[in-house]
Amino acid sequence: MTFDEIKKVLKTKTIGIAGAGGLGSNCTVALARVGVGNLIVADFDIIVESNLNRQYYFFDQIGQKKVFALKENILRINPAVNMEVFDLKLNKENIPSIFAKCDIIVEAFDIAEMKQMLIETIITNLPHTPLIVGSGMAGWGNNNLIHTRQLSNIYICGDEQSEIAETLPPLAPRVGIVSNMQANQVLEILLNKQ
Amino acid sequence: MNITLNNNLEFIEGESTTIAELMKIKNFTFKMLVVKINGNLIQKEDYTSAKIHDGDNIMILHLISGG
Repeated sequence: MTFDEIKKVLKTKTIGIAGAGGLGSNCTVALARVGVGNLIVADFDIIVESNLNRQYYFFDQIGQKKVFALKENILRINPAVNMEVFDLKLNKENIPSIFAKCDIIVEAFDIAEMKQMLIETIITNLPHTPLIVGSGMAGWGNNNLIHTRQLSNIYICGDEQSEIAETLPPLAPRVGIVSNMQANQVLEILLNKQ
Repeated sequence: MNITLNNNLEFIEGESTTIAELMKIKNFTFKMLVVKINGNLIQKEDYTSAKIHDGDNIMILHLISGG
């Protein structure tokens, strides 16, 4: 497929991104750059300086709500994207309606309990929507431990073993790799159907 | 019995088992899990009662903080 053909397909698609931190902000940027037409992003958080080691925000955006800053950044990259943002904490009740019309949902939370809640909510309420999860990306190095595997329509990206800790922080390279693997999996699902 | 666990065929002794027993057999010690039997979500409180039989397709996904 040429890039024009790719853009024509992606323009009609809607992708949901649950979380606008390290995974969510970088994955959204990749999807916007390749021309995914509709992006739905939800997060309740505010940008703080420690986020800038991996999240797609700028120093002068500290203190802003992540979803509004991300929308501003995305529209600077690709103003043709229709980006819908929700400044709220996702939960079992609001996830099904916010992501109802998505072709694919990307899990982009940081806390394992939240990842579990989202996956269980999608399995129960939107069982036919492919879900791309990020799990295990703390620290640095070990490129070759990072992988993707598929369990029915759930795709897991990450090393599935590196948990964040005081001495094993999440950093731009590995979080960026996993978030872009998630975006790459979105493209594989959308484009291989053509 | 033969089951499929996370896409891999596995032989498990006996005619049936439970999710809790299977996790003990496989040495799964992770805390944050999502479990499905034949596509149906199994809640944590049901791990000791949810039965697994020959031919079942089991997904046990463990989740790690970070993102």
